[in-house]
Amino acid sequence: MSAVGNAIGGDAAPPDAERRPHGAVQTRIVVGYGFWLFLLSDFVLFSCFFASYAVLRDATAGGPTEGRLFDLDTVAWETACLLLSSFTSGMANLAAGQRNQLWFQVAMAATGLLGAAFLALELSEFARFIGLGAEPQRSAFLSAFFSLVGCHGLHITCGLLWLLTVMAQALAKGFRADIQRRILCFTLFWHALDIVWVGIFTVVYLTGVGP
Amino acid sequence: MSERLVPETQGDRAPGDERLDGSRLAQGVRGYLVGLALAAGLTAVSFYLARSNLIWAPAIPAALTALAVGQMGVHLVFFLHLTTGPDNINNALALAFGVLIVGLIIGGSVWIMYNMHAHMMMTHMTQ
Repeated sequence: MSAVGNAIGGDAAPPDAERRPHGAVQTRIVVGYGFWLFLLSDFVLFSCFFASYAVLRDATAGGPTEGRLFDLDTVAWETACLLLSSFTSGMANLAAGQRNQLWFQVAMAATGLLGAAFLALELSEFARFIGLGAEPQRSAFLSAFFSLVGCHGLHITCGLLWLLTVMAQALAKGFRADIQRRILCFTLFWHALDIVWVGIFTVVYLTGVGP
Repeated sequence: MSERLVPETQGDRAPGDERLDGSRLAQGVRGYLVGLALAAGLTAVSFYLARSNLIWAPAIPAALTALAVGQMGVHLVFFLHLTTGPDNINNALALAFGVLIVGLIIGGSVWIMYNMHAHMMMTHMTQ
């Protein structure tokens, strides 16, 4: 009888004891999956800008054309910055998993600096275009160009603000489960922006310039 | 700690999380390094092909598209840790749906506008 009682007690106890860590795991999966769905809807948003760019790229209205404006060396540097920052944000994610505050802060700072360098290159490129008379209002091609590339740049800007917030929160609050979820979402966001940039440098810059 | 974050149990896995065993950190770093090397290589080939005469000029856009799709795959596998495992079915299915919508929007827009353009040209010629 006592064995049965123990067995019943043994059966009743574990679910309650195991539910809590299991519940924490579930929250991470639910949050990560929800953010993944948001990122996919963000890809759908970008696909609208890509579609309008593909349709309007020849509508230059007698203004500057792709081949005359784009400078592939600048684009190559922008690409290098963003790819490396994607790698360092992955390192930050690993450091967070190890709860190593120093390496987390170093990797996040590297990510932020590379992202800022990307943004500076992009803004100087925009300024050069506008100086050449290639403003967004000049032609449908330039409107589509500035909305597509500018939308990506806006995402990077928001990502940099988010990056600073996550760095400060990890420093002030440590690697709590909720902070870990924010770090996960931030690295997902940053990797997703790099994927969008692969589409931009291929569709906008490389096919626009030609040999 | 990382065991609690990345559970070894059955069930789903958050996108971006990776299942590591053995020397976890070294394995994780190696994965990102492989991804970085592959992505950098594909990017370098893209930039080289766009400016060279190595391949037939009309085929360059198709080659660049193939390289870009390959690089997006590298990012998804090595940076976002998307797998075809049973714990990733939800993530992969959501991605498949996203790809479907993106393909419909871009492919559909280009198709429709190309046809409209062709028909407008014809009316111009007949007028």
